[in-house]
Amino acid sequence: MELKVPTMAELAAEGRTPEVLFWVGCAGSIDQRAIKITSAFVKILNHLKTDFAILGKEEACTGDPAKRAGNEFVFQMAALQNIEILNAYQVRKIVTTCPHCFNILKNEYPNLGGAYEVMHHTQFLQEMINEGKLVVQGGGAFKGKKITFHDSCYLGRANEVYEAPRAILEALDADLVEMKAAKSRGLCCGAGGAQMFKEEEHGTQRVNQKRAEQAIETGAEIVAAGCPFCMTMLSDGTTEKAPGKVKVFDIVELLVQGQGL
Amino acid sequence: MAFIQPIVFAIVTIAAFAFVFKKGKEIYRNINLGQKEDLTDQPDKRLKNMLLIALGQKKMFRITLPAIMHLFIYLAFLVTQIELLEIFIDGFTGQHRLLFHLFSETLDSGFLTGIYNFTISFIEVLSILALIATFVFLARRNLLKVPRFVKSEMNGWPKLDANIILIAEIWLVACIFMMNGADVAREIQINGSSPYGFLISGNIVGPALSGLNIDLLKVMERFGWWGHILGVLGFIVYLPYSKHLHIMLAFPNTYFSRLKPRGEIFNMPAITKEIKAMMDPNADPYAAPAEGAEAVAPPKFGAKDVQDLSWKNLLDAYSCTECGRCTAACPANQTGKLLSPRKIMMDTRDRLTEVGKNIDLHGPDFIDNKQLLGDFISVEELRACTTCQACVQECPINIDPLDIIVQLRRALIMEDSNSPEEWNLMFSNIENNAAPWQFSQQDREKWVSDLK
Repeated sequence: MELKVPTMAELAAEGRTPEVLFWVGCAGSIDQRAIKITSAFVKILNHLKTDFAILGKEEACTGDPAKRAGNEFVFQMAALQNIEILNAYQVRKIVTTCPHCFNILKNEYPNLGGAYEVMHHTQFLQEMINEGKLVVQGGGAFKGKKITFHDSCYLGRANEVYEAPRAILEALDADLVEMKAAKSRGLCCGAGGAQMFKEEEHGTQRVNQKRAEQAIETGAEIVAAGCPFCMTMLSDGTTEKAPGKVKVFDIVELLVQGQGL
Repeated sequence: MAFIQPIVFAIVTIAAFAFVFKKGKEIYRNINLGQKEDLTDQPDKRLKNMLLIALGQKKMFRITLPAIMHLFIYLAFLVTQIELLEIFIDGFTGQHRLLFHLFSETLDSGFLTGIYNFTISFIEVLSILALIATFVFLARRNLLKVPRFVKSEMNGWPKLDANIILIAEIWLVACIFMMNGADVAREIQINGSSPYGFLISGNIVGPALSGLNIDLLKVMERFGWWGHILGVLGFIVYLPYSKHLHIMLAFPNTYFSRLKPRGEIFNMPAITKEIKAMMDPNADPYAAPAEGAEAVAPPKFGAKDVQDLSWKNLLDAYSCTECGRCTAACPANQTGKLLSPRKIMMDTRDRLTEVGKNIDLHGPDFIDNKQLLGDFISVEELRACTTCQACVQECPINIDPLDIIVQLRRALIMEDSNSPEEWNLMFSNIENNAAPWQFSQQDREKWVSDLK
C-alpha cells in the first residue's frame, strides 16, 4: 500500500481542510529512531483512511524545551508563529506522537490565541478502537508477552492520561506488567525540562539508568513508551543495563507489528 | 490563693493569643510581599479541593501507614478542641470540671453527664492512638531513619523542630491522662468510687494511681491541667516559627491551589506583549509612552528573590511541613543530584522570613544584597530539574515547588544570560532552524520521501 502523507499546504491548494492535523514534532521528523514511530502512525492513519495532513516544512518546534529551560522569549516567539500558521489553516484538531508537543499545544497555546482539540496518538488510537474503526486482533505476536509501559511525565502526571496506552497493550493481548513506579508515581526518563539537550548535573547515577533498572526488574521483554524522548532515554538505559535483553517500542509500533500492518 | 489561678490563666492566655495575632499579621504581610495573582475563581471547585485534600487528607493516603498514623494525630487534634473548650471555661472561672458539675445538677443529669463522659472517653481513645502514632513517627525519624527524613536539608533546626513537636505531643497526652487519672483516683479515695465514666482514666490510670497520697493527687491533677494548657499555649506560640504551621495553612493553601492541568507552566503576558509588538509591522519601534502616561519600570523576567514570586508561592513556603514526599519522588534527587524540591520550599520560607525581619528592623526599602537565587538556591540545583511534576503530584497539600524552580530558571536565562552552552545552542536552533537540533527546516519532511 502506498502511504499518503499530504501537507496542509497541498490540501489548502485544493481548497480542503483535513479533519486532523498530525503534528509530527522535531524528534518525529528528524531523529532516526523517532521517524520509525512517525512512520508507524502514518501507516495506521492510512489504514484508517483518516482525513489528515502534516504541516511539513511549515511545522516548527513548539518551543517546549526553551520554555522549560526558562527561555520564555524563544518559547513565545515559536508559539506565536506556530499559532499564526495553525489558525491560518483553520486547524481544529491536532494529533501528535510527542507528549511534550501534546502538553504545550493543549495547555499553553490556548491563552496565546491557539485553541485546538489536541490528542496524543494513544488517545486517538484508543478512540478509534472504541468506535470500532480500528479492529485489533488479539492473540497475535504479543499474546502473553510481558510488556511494561513507561508513563511519560507529560502524558501521565501532566495530563492524567494513564489508561489509553494501556488499553492498546491489552487489546494486543499482552501481559502488561507494571514497574514499581508507575502511573502517577512514574519515574521520569530524565529527558524532560530540556535535560535532553544538555549533560546531567553531577550525581550518583543518570536518571535513565535508574528508570531502566526499574523496567528491567519487571522481567518484561518489551518496554513500551509513548514519547520519542523517553524512547531515546530508555533505549540507552536498557542497552547499557541489560544489553540485548529488552527492546523499547512505541505503542503505535507495537500496534503495527502486532496487526501486521 | 484560689483567685490567683484564673488571673494567671487569663494573663498567660491573652498574652499567648496577642503574640500569635502579631505573628500572624507578620506572616500575612510577608505572604503579600509576593506578586498579585487572582486565585478566587471557581469557588465551588476550590472548596471541594480544600475539603478533600486538607480536611479529608486525601493525598496523604498515597502512602498508607503514615497516612493512618497522621490521621490519628489529626483526629485527636480536632476532637481535643472540645476538651480545650472546657479548659478555657474552667480556667477563666477558676472552677474544675464546671461543665460536669453543672450537668450533674440538671434534671436530665444522666443524659448530659453521659455525653460528657463519652466525649472525654472519645478524646482519651484518640489520645492513645495519637500517642502510638507519635512513637511511630519518632521511630521513623530517629531509629529507622526513613531516607526522606535524614536528607541533608533536614540537618539542624528542621530535624529538631520535628522532634520538638512530637515530644510536645507526648507531653500534652501525658498531662491529660495525669489530670483525668488523678481526678478519678481522688474520687476513689474520698468516695470509694468515681462519678466520672472515663474509658481509660476511669478503668486503668485512675485505679492505678488510687494508692497515692491525696495531696499528691491534687498536685498531680493541677500539674496535668496546667501542663496541658501551658503546652497548648506554648504550641500556639511556637507554631509561627515551625514547619507545623501546616495545621493552619493547609486549608487556605489547598483552597487557593491553582486549578490548571499539572503540565501547564504559565505564560508570561509581559513577553507576549513584547513579541506581539515585534511581529506587528505597524508597531513603531521608537514609540515614546503616550503623553501623560506614567513611566513604568520594565518588568523583571522571572524571579530572583521572594518578592518576585507569586504570593501563592510564598503561602506554599509557609505551608510546607517538610515531609519530603516531593524530594523522595524527585528523579534528580533519587539519582544523587543536589536538587531537593523540599529544600526549594524551605529556602523560600527562610529567605522570606529574613526579608520580613529586615523590613521590621530597617524599614521596607532596606537592601541586604542577598537574594533567593544564588544565596539560597544554587544554579546547580535549578538545572537538575526535569520538570516531571512528581513533587507537585506528591505534595499532600498541593504545594508547587516546580513553579518556583521555573521562575528562578527564567531569571537565570533571561535576566542573567546564565545558561549552559548546550542550551544556548538549543535556543538558537529553535530560533533559526525551528528545531532544537541543528537541522534545516527544509529537511523536516524528508522522512516522507523515505517512507516505505
